Amino acid sequence: MTTQISEPAADTAPDKPGRPPGTARSPRYRTTWRKAFKRDWQLYTLVIVPLLFFLVFRYAPMLGNVIAFRKFVPGGSIYGETWVGLRYVKMFINDPNFWEVFGNTMALGALSLVFTFPLPIVLALLLNEVRSRYFKRFVQTVSYLPHFLSIVIVAGMVMQLVSLEGTVNQVVRALGGEAVSFIQDPSWFRTIYVSSEVWQTVGWGTILYLAALTTIDSQLYEAARIDGANRWQQTWHVTLPGIRPTMITLLILNIGTFMAVGFEKVLLLYNPLTYPTADVISTYLYRVGLVSNNFSYAAAIGLFESVIGLTLILSANAISRRTVGTSLW
Amino acid sequence: MTTDPSRVMERLDKPAGGRRTSLDDSPGYRAFRVVNTIVLLGVVAVTLYPFVNIVAQSFSSEVYIRTGQVNLVPRGFNLDTYKLVASDPAFWNSYLNTVIYTVTATAISIVLTTIYAYVLSKHRLKGRGLLVGIAVFTMFFNGGLIPNYVLVNGLGMTNTIWAIVLPNAISVFNLLVMKAFFESLPTELEEAAAIDGLNTYGILLRIVLPLSKAVLATMVLFYAVANWNSWFQAFLYLDRADLFPVTVYLRNMIAGATSATSVGAVETNAVAISANIKAVTMVLTVLPIIAVYPFIQRYFVSGVMLGAVKQ
Repeated sequence: MTTQISEPAADTAPDKPGRPPGTARSPRYRTTWRKAFKRDWQLYTLVIVPLLFFLVFRYAPMLGNVIAFRKFVPGGSIYGETWVGLRYVKMFINDPNFWEVFGNTMALGALSLVFTFPLPIVLALLLNEVRSRYFKRFVQTVSYLPHFLSIVIVAGMVMQLVSLEGTVNQVVRALGGEAVSFIQDPSWFRTIYVSSEVWQTVGWGTILYLAALTTIDSQLYEAARIDGANRWQQTWHVTLPGIRPTMITLLILNIGTFMAVGFEKVLLLYNPLTYPTADVISTYLYRVGLVSNNFSYAAAIGLFESVIGLTLILSANAISRRTVGTSLW
Repeated sequence: MTTDPSRVMERLDKPAGGRRTSLDDSPGYRAFRVVNTIVLLGVVAVTLYPFVNIVAQSFSSEVYIRTGQVNLVPRGFNLDTYKLVASDPAFWNSYLNTVIYTVTATAISIVLTTIYAYVLSKHRLKGRGLLVGIAVFTMFFNGGLIPNYVLVNGLGMTNTIWAIVLPNAISVFNLLVMKAFFESLPTELEEAAAIDGLNTYGILLRIVLPLSKAVLATMVLFYAVANWNSWFQAFLYLDRADLFPVTVYLRNMIAGATSATSVGAVETNAVAISANIKAVTMVLTVLPIIAVYPFIQRYFVSGVMLGAVKQ
């Protein structure tokens, strides 16, 4: 019996214990809380510590956002002394720096989305056409590697490559150009950021697509061939529709993280000279809040950022559910 | 759904649809395959180059790096920089800190994630939907930097290991992967164990966990790599250099400062750290990951897919 269990059936859908798959919660089978506690009290005790984790480290900070509406006085309560209403919201609406970092956030978010969303699809399709499984696995293994690096290492590598004597400038000189001080030049920040983002994420991003590709029914390809479809038409009419649910799921998730553009990476890569293009909402609030100790103002900015993020993901999900029928929930 | 990594890899290796016909030999497709191979080799080269470059610099003399002569192979080969970095007690201290933080945080994370995922996998449990919702909502909305900072300070965790190991103890993604795995286990087995007199804790410890070694190993890897690589928690909550993990040590070195954080330190100042020392530190920091990477990579792949199947 044990051997049977240690090898779960490969192709069956995940079993939903307790109820047949696909059916909604049975309305007839309702237990009262008292009965449930009596039967499952051991399960409920297990949940206490993890639940405490969520309440303390995830939900308490959400409530902690009240400091965005309270005035903090050094030495006073960390949650502020007096209510000031929307004072800090008005403050950032009138703050020209805020609009600059808002624009930078949008630009970096949009550029990252434009490049890091489609490129894994392209790479997955190319990998899918490779016949030799060894070559395919070799390419995959290498392309996943950057995903496992600390952001600090990635930033370090980027700095070395684009330094005045780094490889990039050697290429520039070899092509007859003048060496560029990339890391100090605001006009280059977006390029550096997005390319390092692509370098780090593109390979790993192919995993889910490659998995989705294996689930496409081979009979569809046969049928398409009988209808006279060439390779390109097969890709367009069979492969791409086959991975569409995966594409949409990942697109929604990407849109949800649009505002949270790589805070850590920007923090590691930028410097005062590149603030004009590099400073994003999260780095600005980091400096305002933790470097200059303006907790309330920074919390207001952070709350604004989180609310936009939540709105984006909710609307992307709703739009996707209405238009293409795929959604996260 | 399968959890055996080699089986997942096999599935991934299978070409979609198994298309092997005369169409494959049309001149257009043959040309495409040549181009495709070249493109993929290009991807490999671009991905690997920064690693090779850093390794080459770590074995080179500073003077060659400064004049931009080190690309793929070391120039002025020497091991002096390795000896120099290895003789720095601060480096080893931060390395040791990283090991301690990684082990502790991973242990805490595994325990919390396992028990919560196990409870979430019990569909008969009343209130289960709420418990799932509590976890999943945090994926889409979070308190933000400032309230988190205030909280961790308020709990008195600044300059202690707890600021590193507790605030991110449960990753919701990992939680969902584990939950999916537990749901795939046959219920009959647990029912039989219950009839034989085991209580919930006994079933979890003696029946479920021994069957879950594959997913537990995957989770250990996910958490361990994330903890090894993390730096921001430490950067935010630790100000004593003797507590820094190696990532913060490295970050301060790259930022051109020796200990305290100095925003906007100029490259030309006297404390600027030479490129080969940075390279050696980077190599030593990624070394454990690179060393185990070929062996653990497939577990990651299957773990990610396990999470994907759920959606």
